[in-house]
Amino acid sequence: MYWISFKRIIKSGFFSFWRNGFVSLSSVFVMVIALGVLGSIIFLGALLNSSLGALQEKVDVNVYFVNNAEEPEILSLKTKIETLPEVGFVSYISREKALEDFKTRHENDATTLQALDELDENPLGAVLNIRAKKPSQYEDLANFLKGDNILSPTGKNIVEKVNYNQNKVAIDRLTSLMASAQKIGLGIMIVLILMALLITFNTIRLAIYIAREEISVMKLVGASSTYIRGPFIVGGMLYGLIAGIITLVLFYPVTAWLGKETANFFIGINIFDYYISNFGQIFLIIIVSGVVIGAISSFLAVRRYLH
Amino acid sequence: MIYFDNVSKIYTDNSIALQNVTFSIEPKEFVSLVGHSGAGKTTLLKMLLAEEKPSEGAVFFESNNIQKLRKDQINKFRRNIGVVFQDFRLLPNKTVYENIAFAMEASGKTDSEIEGDVPHVLDLVDLGHKIWSFPHELSGGEKQRVAIARAIVNQPDIIIADEPTGNLDPINTYDIIQILKKVNDLGTTVLLTTHNKGVIDSLGKRVITMVDGKIVRDDKEGRYIL
Repeated sequence: MYWISFKRIIKSGFFSFWRNGFVSLSSVFVMVIALGVLGSIIFLGALLNSSLGALQEKVDVNVYFVNNAEEPEILSLKTKIETLPEVGFVSYISREKALEDFKTRHENDATTLQALDELDENPLGAVLNIRAKKPSQYEDLANFLKGDNILSPTGKNIVEKVNYNQNKVAIDRLTSLMASAQKIGLGIMIVLILMALLITFNTIRLAIYIAREEISVMKLVGASSTYIRGPFIVGGMLYGLIAGIITLVLFYPVTAWLGKETANFFIGINIFDYYISNFGQIFLIIIVSGVVIGAISSFLAVRRYLH
Repeated sequence: MIYFDNVSKIYTDNSIALQNVTFSIEPKEFVSLVGHSGAGKTTLLKMLLAEEKPSEGAVFFESNNIQKLRKDQINKFRRNIGVVFQDFRLLPNKTVYENIAFAMEASGKTDSEIEGDVPHVLDLVDLGHKIWSFPHELSGGEKQRVAIARAIVNQPDIIIADEPTGNLDPINTYDIIQILKKVNDLGTTVLLTTHNKGVIDSLGKRVITMVDGKIVRDDKEGRYIL
C-alpha cells in the first residue's frame, strides 16, 4: 500500500512537472539564480580565504641570535617554540646559510661584498623564522620570546633581537583587516543566502498558488494530506535538481572566464581550477541545497491550502 | 442514513445561513433541494462534506456525528461521498482517465482495479472515446459527465450534486439528470440542488424547499414551488 502510494506520488510529481511546463520552467530559472548566488558564495569564500591566507604567509617573526650562540642551544629553543600551540612553522637558518643568503642577495653589490670580505669572521648570527597560525597570535609569540623562556640552559641570553616590534604596525593592521574582511564576507554571505531562500520560496509558493483549486478538489475526493502534498514535494525537488544541474553547467564557462580575468587580481587561487578540483563537493552542495530548498518550500506552500 | 438534527449556522458577521433545520434522507432516495441563492443550500451541503461545522445541532451520517470526525476519518468519510459541482472542478493537468483514477488512488485502490473500473465507468457516462483527453478539450456537458464518473467510481453511498446543470444547455442538462437518475436506480442515494424548475418538475421525486435558511416545504413527489 505504502509502496503503491509512493510510486504514484513520484509518477504524479513528474507528470505535473512536465505538464505545467511553463510554471516549472520559470521556477527552475529562478532557482538557477538562487543556486547561482549560493555557488558564488562558495567561490567568494574560497577567494577570500586564499587571498587572506596568502597575505598571512607574508607575515613572520624573526629571532636573531648572537654570534656566539651554540647551535644545539638554538635547536633546543626551536623545539621549545615548536611545541607552542600558536606556532605554525619554524625554520632554522644557520650562520653559514645566513651568510650565503646575504651574499646571493647582494651579488650585484660589489662594495658590500668587499666590505664583507674585509671581516675575519662571519658577522651574521643564526636566525629562527617563525610563522604563527593566525596573525593575531604574533603578539603572544613575541611576549614569549621576551621572557626567561629563551635563556639557554647555561643561563645566558643568546637572542640578539626579535623583529616583532618593527613589524608590529603592519601585523596589527593586517590582523584587523582580516577580521573585518571575514566579518563582512560572512555578512554578505548570510544576506545572499537569505535572498536566495526567499526568492525560491516565493516562486514555489506562486507555482502552488496556481494549483490551489486542484488541492481543494483533491481534498474533496478524500485524498489524504500526504497524498496531496507528495507530488508537489516531488515537483519542488525536481525544480531544485534541474536548476542545480543547469547552475553547475553554467559555472563551467563563467569560472573559466573569471579565472582568466582575475588571475592577477587575487593572489594564490584560480577560480576555474578551484571549481574543477572541488567539483565533487560543489556538486553536492548545489544539488542537495536545490533539492532540499525545493522540497521544504513546496511542503510549506502546500500546507497553507491543506488546512 | 443522513440526519440533520435541528441544525443552525450563524456566521461571525451574524448572518444566519441555516435556522433549526431538521430532516433525514433514507438510503436510495433521490432528494432535490431547491431555494433561491442564499437560502442555505450550499451551507447545508458543506456540512455534509465536513467542510463547515454547525453553530448548533448536529449532522449524522449513519450513526456518526460528522463534525466529530478526526482529520484522517474525514478523508475516509469523503471517499464514501461522490461530489459533483456546477463548475466541474476537474484537475486541469490530468487526463479524463487520470482524473477518475485519482479518486480511486486516493481511496487506495490497486492498479488493476483502476485499470478495470475507469473505462467501465466512462462507458456508463458515454465518454469512453474521450478517455485520454484533457479537461480543456471537452465541452461543458462532457466535463460534467467526467465529474459524475469520478463521483461514482468508488461506488459511494451518496452522490451530492450541487447545481450540476447550472452551466449547461437544456440538452446536456437532460443528459446529466438522466445519468443521475440511472445512478439512483442502481442504488445510490442522490442529493441534488438546482434552480431548474423543469428538472424538478420532470423528476417527480422528493423536493425540499428552503427559504432564508429554513425548510418551508418537504414534499414526497414535489414540484418546484417558490
